[in-house]
Amino acid sequence: MTTQKKLHISTTLNGEPCEFLCEPGQILSDVLRNTLNLTGTKEGCTTGDCGACSVMLDDALVCSCLVLAAEAEGKSIETVEGVGHEGQLHPVQEKLLEHAALQCGICTPGIVVAAKALLEKNPDPSEEETRYWLAGNLCRCTGYDKIIRAVMDAGATMRGE
Amino acid sequence: MTSDMTVKTQFRHVGSRPVRPDGLDKVTGRARYGADMNLQGQLYGHIIRSPHAHARIKSIDFSEALKVPGVLATMSGADLPEPGEALIPGAEIEMKLKNVSPVIMARDKVLYHSHAVAAVAATSPRIAAEAAKLVKVEYEVLPAVLDMHAALAEDAPLLHDDNFTVGIDPPPEKPSNVSVQIEMAKGDLEAGFAAADVVIERTVNVPMCHQAYIEPHACVAKADEKGRIDIWCTTQGPFVVRLLVAEITGIPQKDIKVTASEIGGGFGGKTTVYIEPVAAVLAKKSGRPVKIVMSREEVFRASGPVSDSETRVKIGAKKDGTITAIDSDMIMNTGAYSASAMFAGVLFGTAPYTAENIRSKGREVLTNLPRVWAYRAPGAPQALTAVECVVSELAAAIGMDPIEFRLKNAVQEGDVPLYGMPFSAVGLKECLQAAKDHPNYQAALGENQGRGVACAFWINAGMQSSASIHVTPDGGISVMTGSPDIGGSRASMALMAAEVLGVPVETVHPAVVDTDSIGFCDGTGGSRTTLATGGAVIQAAEKLVEELRRRAAAAWSVSIDDVAWLDGKAVERCGVGIDELIEGTSPVKDGAKVLTLAEIALTAGATGGPLTAVASLHAHNSAPSFAVNVCDVEVDPETGKVDVLRFTCAQDAGKAIHPAYVEGQMQGGAVQGIGWALNEEYLFNADGVLDNAGFLDYRIPVASDLPMIDTVIVEVPNPLHPYGVRGVGEVSICPPMPAVVSAVNNAAGTLLYDLPMSPPKLLAAIDAG
Repeated sequence: MTTQKKLHISTTLNGEPCEFLCEPGQILSDVLRNTLNLTGTKEGCTTGDCGACSVMLDDALVCSCLVLAAEAEGKSIETVEGVGHEGQLHPVQEKLLEHAALQCGICTPGIVVAAKALLEKNPDPSEEETRYWLAGNLCRCTGYDKIIRAVMDAGATMRGE
Repeated sequence: MTSDMTVKTQFRHVGSRPVRPDGLDKVTGRARYGADMNLQGQLYGHIIRSPHAHARIKSIDFSEALKVPGVLATMSGADLPEPGEALIPGAEIEMKLKNVSPVIMARDKVLYHSHAVAAVAATSPRIAAEAAKLVKVEYEVLPAVLDMHAALAEDAPLLHDDNFTVGIDPPPEKPSNVSVQIEMAKGDLEAGFAAADVVIERTVNVPMCHQAYIEPHACVAKADEKGRIDIWCTTQGPFVVRLLVAEITGIPQKDIKVTASEIGGGFGGKTTVYIEPVAAVLAKKSGRPVKIVMSREEVFRASGPVSDSETRVKIGAKKDGTITAIDSDMIMNTGAYSASAMFAGVLFGTAPYTAENIRSKGREVLTNLPRVWAYRAPGAPQALTAVECVVSELAAAIGMDPIEFRLKNAVQEGDVPLYGMPFSAVGLKECLQAAKDHPNYQAALGENQGRGVACAFWINAGMQSSASIHVTPDGGISVMTGSPDIGGSRASMALMAAEVLGVPVETVHPAVVDTDSIGFCDGTGGSRTTLATGGAVIQAAEKLVEELRRRAAAAWSVSIDDVAWLDGKAVERCGVGIDELIEGTSPVKDGAKVLTLAEIALTAGATGGPLTAVASLHAHNSAPSFAVNVCDVEVDPETGKVDVLRFTCAQDAGKAIHPAYVEGQMQGGAVQGIGWALNEEYLFNADGVLDNAGFLDYRIPVASDLPMIDTVIVEVPNPLHPYGVRGVGEVSICPPMPAVVSAVNNAAGTLLYDLPMSPPKLLAAIDAG
């Protein structure tokens, strides 16, 4: 079996400088979870189909399982852990809680990251726009109803309504 | 529970919608799921799986794999005790170990593609995967049977040459691929059909599908020097894991501790084990912790999918809408080992109706496909889909509104379903009326649009639960149970504890703890947790209130009978009746002594020690649930694509403890049913290899496929529960399939009963005219 030399990668992670070593073939979600201990990013499929590993890479919303960790060199990564915390939750997080828009919660980190990206791009999305934007984030528990309402309500809050 | 129980109807906390206590951890990414645990020095397990659907294992050779640096342990079926004919002790439903253990590791034969054959543990996932490729397994390939009809043929290859169909008298002399058959009947079927003005008979096929929880199975096991095993895993029941790991590996239950992680969905699929016994054995053999995480592909190929079924249903009705007879005959696929919910299908498929003449038959069929497992109301959606589609056709045939038709035949208190237990108060008629009264039912339908109606039943379980409550010195309340929280149950536990204790719900901290830290709890399944584990929480909280009153009485040197518990405080009665105080009809006397919960807690050391209460129970007070769905669709006649326009759910919750999470169960079940009706199915190739083992090709509904899912919570209290609670988790998946199927057939002018109604199939049905 061949052994591969690890690569040294420099990034900005949730606003802070971050360096890590990774194998050339290692995916970003694996490094986030298992090297950097940021397990908020979830792996539901590792084939880019479920969206539970959604993160921001610079200004792009990506499935971190479809990105090689080495591709993050020189880039900025934002994970769910960088979105908000107690006392300073992002409106999307607040509204997901308020609308009871999670059951098991495994898809929630991906929804938080993806919905925040939507509202930054489109502050006043229609229901249809919200549904299509989040179509890459699978949720098996909720039927999406409360998630869509929460995200649209978060938009209203961010617009000051 | 006694029949003279008073069901509480006035609540302070129950019925409100606080933010769930575990919510903050989940929106910030802090909550720890199965794969989020890593232990120092852990190895990574990799399972070697069969490339054949049916083959004899001739040999397994680990020698090359063991040469790889970093490979520290291997295992195969030879490392597990032979199951013989043993039954799994303590299981609620009779379960043979020989139908469970070989799913973990095959013994002499593999019975489906991806059947687990062996495992290796190594220092990294990559090394484990590479080493797995070097394990040499020699097979003698056998002919496979991949569908039920092939398996039923006289000369079909046998999966198990010791399988003699159970349920035939006299017992058969030849083995077959039918594991069990059953026939239930009441009344006079022939006379019933003779009395009918209209008789309709259809055959309805429901495909094999998967629960498709987003979190793959994951666990970490470690063994200490004395052989004690500690398992962290994602599961619906840590005590179920403890039992099954013990039975499968031979390690006694007393030497196993299981901690349930947060669970990323289960829907029945995580009420058993796949990888935990493997990790335990590898950990024991290597002396190192072993982590195993299933890939998504493994989850689809080698966990327990959901039975496909073929059900022939014949129903007769009079012109006035009275159903005179129902005849149902179902075959249900169980995959490689007997584990299906065929009995539930046979027993419950006709439960919504008062019809006097019913016959319901079923056979469970073995095939060379993965062993099936539970999915939300197991067995019922398949059976009810068949019955409800025919009922809707009958209503149309006699020109009656489909809800009116069902109201005419709906069961109520005192009626006796086929399974024999008379109904107490049930809410079927109330749900039908609620659906009828909903504005969606009056919405106008356009061209290519159609409406479907269906109702459904689920039995709901009770079973065993434990709860434990501790008070912190500053008056905080810890509520502990052993029931994994799959859909918001900690919020319900907190509400019920707050209700009894009279404290703000925010001061209650509910937790799910490990199997060493709490009394036995059956798994989170059967829609039982809010009722049974919640019942244990209520009982423990009541015991705690009594203890708090006793402490106050001691402090005041009065009798406990002179102390009332009001709004989180001990209050001296001073002669006022407890009921009057509680109802507020008489005020607390001036000068009456008062001690708050926090004040009692602070001095607890001096008045008898820490404040704690436990309760354990076997709940025999569950009651069934009914639900009604109305679905509007539009069919594109050019492509066969179906759009769901409106969807309405009415469901009897008995009493909704946290209504938002009850709605969540209704909406989630509805959308799973929509997916099963329109798109989800297992597609196997001619070799029994699953062709769509990923979320791209096994496509569950996504946000853009759906409208809002409208809900009406009906509350007909369960007379046997102190708060009137019924289970709510499962019945929600029973009506959506037939509601969707009827809506599509009404829109397209088809009689398609071969699910899923995917665009190519529906287009072919439309084109066939």
